[in-house]
Amino acid sequence: MSTYTELMSYEDALASFDPVMGLEVHVELGTKTKMFCGCSTELGAEPNSQTCPTCLGLPGSLPVVNAIGVESAIKIGLALNCEIAEWCRFARKNYFYPDMPKNFQTSQYDEPIAFNGFLDVQLEDGEIFRVEIERAHMEEDTGKSLHVGGATGRIHGASHSLLDYNRAGIPLIEIVTKPIEGAGERAPEVAKAYVAELREVIKALGVSEARMDKGQMRCDVNLSLRPTPESEFGTRSETKNVNSLRSVERAARFEIQRHAAVLTSGGSIVQETRHFHEEDGSTTAGRIKDNAEDYRYFPEPDLVPVAPARAWVEELRAALPEMPRVRRNRLREDWGVSEHDMQSILNAGAVDSIVATIAAGADSAAARKWWMGELARNANEQGVVVDELPITPVQVARVAALVAAGSLNDKLARKVLEGVLAGEGTPDEVVEKRGLKVVSDEGALGAAVDEAIAGNAAIADKIRGGKVAAVGALVGAVMKTTRGQADAARVKELILERLGVSE
Amino acid sequence: MPGITREEVVHLARLARLELSSNELDHFAGQLGDIIGAVARVSEVADQDVPPTSHPLPLTNVMRADEVRPSLTPEQALSGAPAQEQQRFKVPQILGED
Amino acid sequence: MVDIIKLTAAETAEKIASGELTAVEVTEAHLARIDATDEKVHAFLHVDREGALAQARAVDAKRERGEKLGPLAGVPLALKDIFTTVGVPTTVGSKILEGWIPPYDATLTRKLKEADVVILGKTNMDEFAMGSSTENSAYGPTGNPWDLTRIPGGSGGGSAAALAAFQAPLAIGTDTGGSIRQPAAVTGTVGVKPTYGGVSRYGMVAFSSSLDQGGPCARTVLDAALLHEVIAGHDPMDSTSIDAPVPPVVEAARNGSVAGMRVGVVKQFAGEGYQAGVVQRFNESVELLKELGAEIVELDCPSFDLAMAAYYLIAPSECSSNLARFDAMRYGLRVGDDGTKSAEDVTALTREAGFGDEVKRRIILGTYALSSGYYDAYYGSAQKVRTLITKDFEKSFEQVDVIVSPTTPTTAFPIGERTDDPLAMYLADLCTIPTNLAGNSAMSLPCGLAPEDGLPVGLQIIAPAMKDDRLYKVGAAVEAAFVARWGHPLLEEAPSL
Ligand SMILES: [Mg+2]
Ligand SMILES: [Zn+2]
Repeated sequence: MSTYTELMSYEDALASFDPVMGLEVHVELGTKTKMFCGCSTELGAEPNSQTCPTCLGLPGSLPVVNAIGVESAIKIGLALNCEIAEWCRFARKNYFYPDMPKNFQTSQYDEPIAFNGFLDVQLEDGEIFRVEIERAHMEEDTGKSLHVGGATGRIHGASHSLLDYNRAGIPLIEIVTKPIEGAGERAPEVAKAYVAELREVIKALGVSEARMDKGQMRCDVNLSLRPTPESEFGTRSETKNVNSLRSVERAARFEIQRHAAVLTSGGSIVQETRHFHEEDGSTTAGRIKDNAEDYRYFPEPDLVPVAPARAWVEELRAALPEMPRVRRNRLREDWGVSEHDMQSILNAGAVDSIVATIAAGADSAAARKWWMGELARNANEQGVVVDELPITPVQVARVAALVAAGSLNDKLARKVLEGVLAGEGTPDEVVEKRGLKVVSDEGALGAAVDEAIAGNAAIADKIRGGKVAAVGALVGAVMKTTRGQADAARVKELILERLGVSE
Repeated sequence: MPGITREEVVHLARLARLELSSNELDHFAGQLGDIIGAVARVSEVADQDVPPTSHPLPLTNVMRADEVRPSLTPEQALSGAPAQEQQRFKVPQILGED
Repeated sequence: MVDIIKLTAAETAEKIASGELTAVEVTEAHLARIDATDEKVHAFLHVDREGALAQARAVDAKRERGEKLGPLAGVPLALKDIFTTVGVPTTVGSKILEGWIPPYDATLTRKLKEADVVILGKTNMDEFAMGSSTENSAYGPTGNPWDLTRIPGGSGGGSAAALAAFQAPLAIGTDTGGSIRQPAAVTGTVGVKPTYGGVSRYGMVAFSSSLDQGGPCARTVLDAALLHEVIAGHDPMDSTSIDAPVPPVVEAARNGSVAGMRVGVVKQFAGEGYQAGVVQRFNESVELLKELGAEIVELDCPSFDLAMAAYYLIAPSECSSNLARFDAMRYGLRVGDDGTKSAEDVTALTREAGFGDEVKRRIILGTYALSSGYYDAYYGSAQKVRTLITKDFEKSFEQVDVIVSPTTPTTAFPIGERTDDPLAMYLADLCTIPTNLAGNSAMSLPCGLAPEDGLPVGLQIIAPAMKDDRLYKVGAAVEAAFVARWGHPLLEEAPSL
């Protein structure tokens, strides 16, 4: 799909231009019902089974606002340090598209519920960058089209399309930044960090799972270049539906390089929407935004204004959770880990799991070790995030406790985790069923040690002769005969004792 | 007196997705010119410091609890569809994007 | 032997409740009347014979079982074809919805069914309620029972004609700029536009959301009140529905009186364009009110002069958006889908073929008024006018209890006279529009025949929001006095069909 595009090297582009970005993020709320009707928002239902006259736009139907939709919008606004409107209205955004049942989107226009805020994001090196928020407003999602008859479900070349309106009307909050200036070469990193941080905030508020891979959070990247930070803004491109953190960074980077190449060769940037291509990180031209586009916004007459009482707003403000960045810094200090390690934990989506595991009694090192080791690897292999694994923090804490008590060693602990993930039961049940217990019977262990010494006389001699390091081979032999269920430290002690050597 | 040109009617018809015939364009342009001439009087108040009324009654904060209500069955939802396939509304190829 | 079709709704309900008549008898009598007259009148787009009889049988069975019946149980009603009805076609007078069978009932439809009212069928109307003559129906015009060559008013001409033709004692209309009151005026019947938000709009196909309001149509003030009480009340499915008790309209209709009331006459509802006979009957009505003990107060409402202009910006703007959903994708007509055309083309071709001229004119006008560059001058200004009109009403209602005016400047005009002169057509709603813009309530009831043409003239009574009961209190008093003066209800003077 992507055609060859002239690019300038990133370094050269930044040497000649100053990038300005604008990020528009749509978040699908996790409400039980749609924004304006009582249809379920549950994912995975059969097509057109979650629709009603209102979300199908049948003649005569009317919308009624979902109170939790409004509450979630206010919470998001507050978390983004926004002002909350004392009075605002919904507006109709008029344009025709088959996935939009009424051929207008019920949205907000010049009266967003939240405006004028900011979100501080922390970059890889710990620097804090403030992204200013223009507005956060409420609107509704569209239906889903299935394009038939063309290549790989694309709209181009399709003979017809099939529409499922289950998604139509699901509440969306659109969060729009002010132009992000001053990021320089770090613009792509800022973009990624902003979307990542916003996602953490949304999750912490509990208003959405904000899964980008499931389309619950989608980002449009607007980008323009100008010769110097003092110059006026250049013409921007709007790269639509960039749906992973990595892609946000890549899209910004690609557009910087593309714009720079166009501008340097004497061309000019066309204001247009662009499509991002996951395969190679490129963007291609979409629709040109000419001035014929006219959404004819006007106040939605079927809905009455929303005037959030100040007492309600303050109540919501008081109940806001600790903001993710603050919390992360607090945890990082508590756990004594580096910025870098904390970033890895965040990227793995393991912060909450680790916190919960510690809360269940594990020490922080052990909790991090299991979640960031065995479990992160497993999640990675299966393409899920760690908290989706079929194991609970309480179970991980139990494994850690068994290790701490000496009844499991690390190797056995991994097998226990494996068993739990395989659905074999709780850690204790897996230990029981698989017979995974450190052999602590001194008699049995002593016999195994004697056997190992007898079977490896040459090595035993070396050890007696002072080459203590060789003890590993004998430990290995014992572990082999005990099928890994011995406490390796105790085995070593016994061998050295038998051979009359001390470390 | 404000009028409306045929070209404007063409543009408006496109925005409104109406495939007007050439005759209609001529006819409507004239009539709409007259109507707009008559209604343009409202702009007498454009400069007045008067709040606009979008809703006849001063209601605010009408909301519903986030509780699931029964949906239509897919059969009911699709009952009026001009065409359907795979329990979805079948529509001709879509040209636009976004 | 009673002439069933001449009974009022109140009398009919009483006779059914007492067992003197069965609901089936009553229904059959009206269906027979429709059969006999509707070829000439064309009040109905769809007669639901089976549904009506089934409903009537259910009422009779209920009565036999001794179950409690609603106040209008078994009374037949003609429903404007703008309300959705499960299993019964709903076309809104438009080709674009020809054959559409809604999968849901409007709240109003549900309330009628729950009250055991028998719905005879769906009545003709101007397409999407845009018009004042019912000539804009895609299914042909309706005749005025007083003179079949004349219009029955619009958009609810079918409902009003059904009443005047004794096809039903009750009907439902909707009023965006006068579509209940103006047809009532020109057919010699009673029509009420309740306070905006008084009757749910859920399931009523939208023309102009902030102006539309469903309401009762009948031959007497009491019948209108009985129906008003059945259809009104808070509906959580309509965000603009008022969450307050329904005004005591039936009680008011049973106790008509204007003694001691202050009645306003607005300076702006007079002048050029008013037919002499209309003015004469209106002046007589004002005299009558004085005789009945009312004090008449002159009112000045300068903003009313801008009402028509504001209306013809707001209503088209909202309709241009409300009617965007008719795109040939999910329901209704689809034209041009030959496998080669795009969805965009099919939408445009369908809308071109499916909408009539007046609908297209208003969609284009509304698209224009909302487009960037014109919004402030047109839509924005119109909304300011709306505020001014509301203020004029507020000021007036500090001085008076109700306002009266002619309902419409002329009697029924001949079919075809104004069809291609939209501005002339729009004049029919001159006196009714301010009420829609402000959201308050109003009634039209007969006040005599114009001497020059012998056609009915309507008297409009306007009350503040949620004071709908005042309409009925005044209306019942005026009606009683006129009927006493005439010696019979006005409709008895209508020619037999
Ligand atoms: Mg949006
Ligand atoms: Zn729904």
